[in-house]
Amino acid sequence: MTATDRVTAAATVIAGAALPDGMRADIVLRGETIAQVMPAGTVDADDASLDHAVRVDASGWVALPGLVDLHTHLREPGGEDAETVRSGSRAAAAGGFTAVHAMANTFPVQDTAGVVEQVLRLGEEAGYVDVRPVGAVSVGLAGERLAELAAMARSAAAVRVFSDDGKAVADPVLMRRALEYVKTFDGVVAQHAQEPRLTEGSQMHEGVVSAELGLTGWPAAAEESIIARDVLLAGHVGSRLHVCHVSTRGSVEILRWAKSRGIDVTAEVTPHHLALTDESVRGYDPRFKVNPPLRSADDVEAVRAALADGTIDVVATDHAPHPPEAKDCEWAAAAFGMTGLETALAVVHELMVVSGRMTWADVARTMSTRPAAIGRLTGHGCPIAPGEPASITLFDPAERWTVRPDALETASPNTPWVGRELVGRVQWTWLRGRPTVADGKVRR
Amino acid sequence: MIQLRHLLSASDLDRGTAVEVLDTAATMAATQARQIKKLPPLRGRTVVNLFFEDSTRTRISFETAAKRLSADVINFSPKGSSVSKGESLKDTVLTLGAMGTDAIVVRHAASGAPHRLAHSGWTDAAVVNAGDGTHEHPTQALLDAFTIRRHLAGGGGDLAGLTVAIVGDVLHSRVARSNVSLLTTLGARVTLVAPPTLLPVGVDTWTCAHSYDLDRTIDELRPDALMMLRVQHERMSAAGGGFFPSPAEYQREYGLDAPRLARLGREAIVLHPGPMNRGLEITSAAADGHRSVVVEQVANGVAVRMAVLYLAMTGKETP
Repeated sequence: MTATDRVTAAATVIAGAALPDGMRADIVLRGETIAQVMPAGTVDADDASLDHAVRVDASGWVALPGLVDLHTHLREPGGEDAETVRSGSRAAAAGGFTAVHAMANTFPVQDTAGVVEQVLRLGEEAGYVDVRPVGAVSVGLAGERLAELAAMARSAAAVRVFSDDGKAVADPVLMRRALEYVKTFDGVVAQHAQEPRLTEGSQMHEGVVSAELGLTGWPAAAEESIIARDVLLAGHVGSRLHVCHVSTRGSVEILRWAKSRGIDVTAEVTPHHLALTDESVRGYDPRFKVNPPLRSADDVEAVRAALADGTIDVVATDHAPHPPEAKDCEWAAAAFGMTGLETALAVVHELMVVSGRMTWADVARTMSTRPAAIGRLTGHGCPIAPGEPASITLFDPAERWTVRPDALETASPNTPWVGRELVGRVQWTWLRGRPTVADGKVRR
Repeated sequence: MIQLRHLLSASDLDRGTAVEVLDTAATMAATQARQIKKLPPLRGRTVVNLFFEDSTRTRISFETAAKRLSADVINFSPKGSSVSKGESLKDTVLTLGAMGTDAIVVRHAASGAPHRLAHSGWTDAAVVNAGDGTHEHPTQALLDAFTIRRHLAGGGGDLAGLTVAIVGDVLHSRVARSNVSLLTTLGARVTLVAPPTLLPVGVDTWTCAHSYDLDRTIDELRPDALMMLRVQHERMSAAGGGFFPSPAEYQREYGLDAPRLARLGREAIVLHPGPMNRGLEITSAAADGHRSVVVEQVANGVAVRMAVLYLAMTGKETP
């Protein structure tokens, strides 16, 4: 503790970490910035300014730019029984994040400058990550009329990402207006693609398993039809569109087509949609109830390939905490959603890096650089290079750990990975030179 | 003797187990012809009929079965499930457990609720699924198999070589799901007959065939047994999903009327899980005709449920 407390006064030397490009380096942090990056073992032992430096032996570990999540539910205000900005921020830091985008479906809804500024302030008070509020597209997420998007954009929260996530902006005219309107301040509409009529009462992916389990199906076409409509609209009005939590092969094919046509669309996939299939539902355990639902093995393969080839731009957690009673019940009564901040990097590591489908540079791109760019977030997603902000995460790809809900920072127990062994764990996270995670523990 | 820990799904039963349940039911049925119908094996044991969804028929059948085996029976029908903000399933079951319950017979609108009950650690009681959402209704399938076996397979063994057509709203039918599983396990060939809107996506992977044409099924397949499913009028309305244009069109395309009845094979029987919509999926001529085994199904239901409760509750030590 005493060593890390000195960090603001002294420098930090991260020795022997692998950079995303594979080079092993010593990284010197001073104040809020990266002072030096040099080949491993070449940091000057006689440099008097490093006499009192905190030294972190990072050999065997990977240094990544601090992760940025485009899709986080922090639940506060209104859902403090599930998560607070503070507990969610701690979970984010533990997972290697330095910035998260807090979704708008709070109570009250983040549809005014007042509420987004409140969330911003709660994030600053917590101090673990930069909390960037997402603004609602429509008043009260009701899908009827636009919220005051410019007021949120001009507020202290400087909102750039707008979403009714949890619900789709289903009305095509409202969607068109939103896409056009956010151009004023270089915003983006993040669509939760779900055709509401096709998914009334739906409980899980519609397919062989839903038929067998007698659970009402959520057809892939209900996601794909909205994405198809929205890329056409975005192309027509020349706007930026972001597609949340892509989960099907058909969605991937539409995105690939749209990008080939030059449409300005980006997309995200969650760790759980990269990892899990609808077979998980067979035990009727509501931990696996999520929206969009876990899809078929073929869909999982398609989203993995799309993430690797860039058709899907980013990994986003859709961290969605719920109190125990929301999951300790029969399937139909349970809430949709699962937590993910603390497990995301390990899951992506195991599925995409260990399997050889992605490099660490790809991880840095999909979990930091691109999400920061989509959110128009400065000071994050920067290269690990001299002069850049000292927001870095150190990941030990060798540590094996078993997920226990009570050992996680998030205030809710609804992780799908309970009892599962994951490979790799965040050891340190720095937010502008200040460690939020040190030696695998969240600070304070 | 086999022992059932729970009965959650017809697919939990392999052929040998299913035949033994049916054989046990036959033994039970034989005792029910006596003047004194009550047997002693579950004396001092408690069965709770936990019905979150109204079903007087099924509840009475289970209650009769448990009482014929001398069990104490408690009927509990919470007003609405946790879905409608009543007491949660978990708390209800913890409460019942605290009162000392040996078996819970559960009917619930949520698919998988009995499975959740059996595997959540909330109770040690044996759980018998009395119908969960649109998932399964295994004792209905057992009584259907028992009835078919008695008429068409000499009352013993399995159903090898028999052809069964299940007609109607398969999509929303727990009876259909359980029957497809159990009847095929017992060696029968099963064909589902329904409009495409009332067949689930993925039905082509099931262990049965399917057809959209009742007339062709009757004429070409020559089914030994025809099982008519209840079709709810609400499904016809746009608000209810608009699965079919009108009751009249449904009746013309998929109803069992006199001409279709007349074309069935000489020995063929007609089943219906009840309650029937006379004039919709089945005409009175078919429901009351000599091929109908509908009333017998009800009687067999008691014997089958006696067998299930007996096999699930004996062999375990009473504390």
